[in-house]
Amino acid sequence: MKHTIGTTGLIFNEPLLWEKGAPGRTGFSMPKRDVDPAPLDSGLKGEGPDFPDLSELEVVRHFTHLSQWNFGVDSGLYPLGSCTMKYNPKTNERQASLPGFAGSHPLLPPELSQGALKLMFDLQHDLAEITGLPAVTLQPAAGSHGELTGMMVIAAYHRSKGRPRGKVLIPDTAHGTNPASAALCGLKSIPIQSNENGILSPDTVAGLMDEDTAGIMITNPNTLGLFEENIRKIADIVHARGGLVYGDGANMNAIMGIVNVNAAGVDVLHLNLHKTFSTPHGGGGPGSGPICVTRELEPFLPVPRIVQADGQYRLSEDHPQSVGKIHAFYGNFGILVRAYSYIRSMGNELKKVSQLAVLNANYIKERLRDVYHLAYDRPCMHECVFSDALQQENGVATLDVAKRLMEYGFHPPTVYFPLVVHGAIMIEPTETESKESIDAFIDAMRAIAREARENPETLHEAPRITKVRRLDETAAARKPCLKD
Amino acid sequence: MRYLPHTSEDIAAMLQVVGADSLDGLFSTIPEDCCALVDMNLPEPLSEWDLNAHMGDLADVMAVSPEYKIFLGAGSYDHFIPEAVRQLLLRSEVFTAYTPYQPEISQGTLQTIYEYQTLVTRLLGMDVANASMYDGASGLAEALLMAIRITKRKKVAVSMAIHPLYRRVVSTYFSPTGFEVIELPYGKNGQTDLSGLGPLDELAAVAVQSPNFFGCIEDLQAVGNAAHTDSKTLFVSCFSEPLAYGLLKNPGSFGADIVCGEGQSLGIPRSFGGPGLGIFTTKQAYVRSMPGRLVGQTVDKDGKRGFVLTLSTREQHIRRERATSNICSNQGLCATAATMYMAFLGGTGIRELAALNRDKAEYLKGKLKQAGCAIPFDSPTFNEFVVQFPGGAETACKRLLDKKIVAGLPLGKYYTELADHALVCVTETCSKADMDALAKEVTS
Repeated sequence: MKHTIGTTGLIFNEPLLWEKGAPGRTGFSMPKRDVDPAPLDSGLKGEGPDFPDLSELEVVRHFTHLSQWNFGVDSGLYPLGSCTMKYNPKTNERQASLPGFAGSHPLLPPELSQGALKLMFDLQHDLAEITGLPAVTLQPAAGSHGELTGMMVIAAYHRSKGRPRGKVLIPDTAHGTNPASAALCGLKSIPIQSNENGILSPDTVAGLMDEDTAGIMITNPNTLGLFEENIRKIADIVHARGGLVYGDGANMNAIMGIVNVNAAGVDVLHLNLHKTFSTPHGGGGPGSGPICVTRELEPFLPVPRIVQADGQYRLSEDHPQSVGKIHAFYGNFGILVRAYSYIRSMGNELKKVSQLAVLNANYIKERLRDVYHLAYDRPCMHECVFSDALQQENGVATLDVAKRLMEYGFHPPTVYFPLVVHGAIMIEPTETESKESIDAFIDAMRAIAREARENPETLHEAPRITKVRRLDETAAARKPCLKD
Repeated sequence: MRYLPHTSEDIAAMLQVVGADSLDGLFSTIPEDCCALVDMNLPEPLSEWDLNAHMGDLADVMAVSPEYKIFLGAGSYDHFIPEAVRQLLLRSEVFTAYTPYQPEISQGTLQTIYEYQTLVTRLLGMDVANASMYDGASGLAEALLMAIRITKRKKVAVSMAIHPLYRRVVSTYFSPTGFEVIELPYGKNGQTDLSGLGPLDELAAVAVQSPNFFGCIEDLQAVGNAAHTDSKTLFVSCFSEPLAYGLLKNPGSFGADIVCGEGQSLGIPRSFGGPGLGIFTTKQAYVRSMPGRLVGQTVDKDGKRGFVLTLSTREQHIRRERATSNICSNQGLCATAATMYMAFLGGTGIRELAALNRDKAEYLKGKLKQAGCAIPFDSPTFNEFVVQFPGGAETACKRLLDKKIVAGLPLGKYYTELADHALVCVTETCSKADMDALAKEVTS
């Protein structure tokens, strides 16, 4: 291996929390006791949980050591397709931790919460502006929660028309959350196949769309990284039969300021603030999944809604057609603060964000197409999808490529998704990666393609320099050990 | 812009490789009828320094302690958070990582979640915990749906002393499904009244919250007995204040089948109500019906201990519409914060802190009684309780607000019969002096 970013270095073994410490230690500064103990019925009193007692430094070292076994965006290029692992600006953390935001109670009277309400009101406006869909709720706590809310809105719309519908069309390229969200709304998924170009054909939709179909769920750009070019025609077909179009906006990072989602015929769109709007992924959340809808669907959005009158903001419950509440309070406000900070920092440069995200992906596609099989040879949006078809000749699979990439110092792309591409390698570089960083990734991918031909064993054995090597997932599932 | 590294030379060189003549040329596959015809109407970009000023202006008008003395809980609690939790959470290898799909370079996240699952089951006395859910409310909704899946029944009984906002979320989740919620009233002592519980052979679950919305500790033994009169009915116990189980007997010891709730108290700032932490635990027998991610222990190729996401065949990316839930991620960073917080507190610390919360609340309760307030519910409480202020809750709360005291949550909006009452919360952050001041102002 020539000079690479990935190398070895000193990291530490670290036991589980309860394998260290000693009873009687503490890592917590206990507030002064200024009141007497109050009696409590012994029948109610428990033993207290069996937690280990550790000093502050013991806990600090513990989590510092654990963090060193992880790879994040701040460590290096993290081209996880469909997840938009862009840089998470540091200033956004400062803003979210301002005492006025972090310390605020959700049930204070609105006159004491004007700052938070104004921020949310303005963020709704910004998201409406970015998507072209005029009405927004910030309540869903994640993208999948937004999907569920969006499908509830669609179901409520049909009920309000007095004709509930039982089915929904979902392309074979959809995120797995789409059919699961639809199922929670009592809708049966009808799969639609994408055509030879990796996109949907209006004719296929026309053949399936009927009066019992609530609508269609379309991810656009889709999970192959391709723009659904027929979306307007498809929307017209669906609308003509009384249905609605749900847009999965997970891939909005490709089209900000370029596509007007409303003009494209979408009625409901969810956004993933942790993807497009740079809030941290946090090892798996918290996210935030606002939905944006047409004026016609606005009455169905969750309550409370934020309304403004005479420069004052308040929370309104007076929306009788609303689907109700889907979060105990108003959603993941701390995440909204970060997304708002990002949008304020970017302004109209958000269009540039999409342009550069698409440029980076197309550049990778062009520079790897001679060594990896390109699933669909078309101009891509913010991500491109290859497969292991060429490497299979040498007995090398996508998983081997992914594991070897770690040793070069890169996080692997999304693998084995979308399902329609056998052995998929889905690469989303994002706009925050420089040309040098992308070039280094391309060099690594090319080197791995060469190794697959010349020395496949290196790939099968990878990774060797990580904290642990390949793990026995079958054993983990067969005899689950989920706690100590 | 400092987040966008491309120079014009970079762009030109890359466009050439791609074969496009301009950045706009990259979007040739987008039909004209989908294009944005006008620029987005967004404010001019702010520099980092102007952003600080702007955000400071917004944050400064929010009412927070110490300027205000806030005796408000109701599902969002003010607890001290060690600075070490805040700083450790910013370890960016954790903070900027995603779902641990590649376990070899995600052991930090995976071991942390395994520790979280373990500590949470120990706190609640349960067999297994998932890697967390959105919040307490959606967690309860998911628990009831899980009970419906397991029992193949369509009705659940839910105590009216469960947080009213949680119940509203449940009703939203249920409305497209045709499943039915039967409400169990609360009795004179503030606990759930089980006397009206109908034939159990139709019920998928009986759900209560303890401490309940009124702060009252439920008789979980009685609820468990009632629920388990039918061998199929599941006993669901939820919570909004997990710290209580530093002191109280945990729901697992009463035979609860699913224990879920909000974990914000465990080291997570209130942050205007989110992000929180949906804690979700169950018995071993139901693990395969449980929604959400799970981390399990295993070994690597060399026999070394390691952790992976496991039992994922329950999840949507494999099962699609037959999945246990549509939930895809978890509240990773919040679960991490809770793990750190529980580690800093330790077993000794959590007992002491929980006792301190209750003792302080009992002190204020006594003081308010002396000041002429009525305490309508006489069952034991943890760190919250219902008070009837002389002259009515709304009026009293408004008057106290002028003195920058938020005396509690007026309950009329949630329970019309409690229009004169407020829910008052005391945590370790309230000093005796603050409580004395509240008691004095109530009567002045």
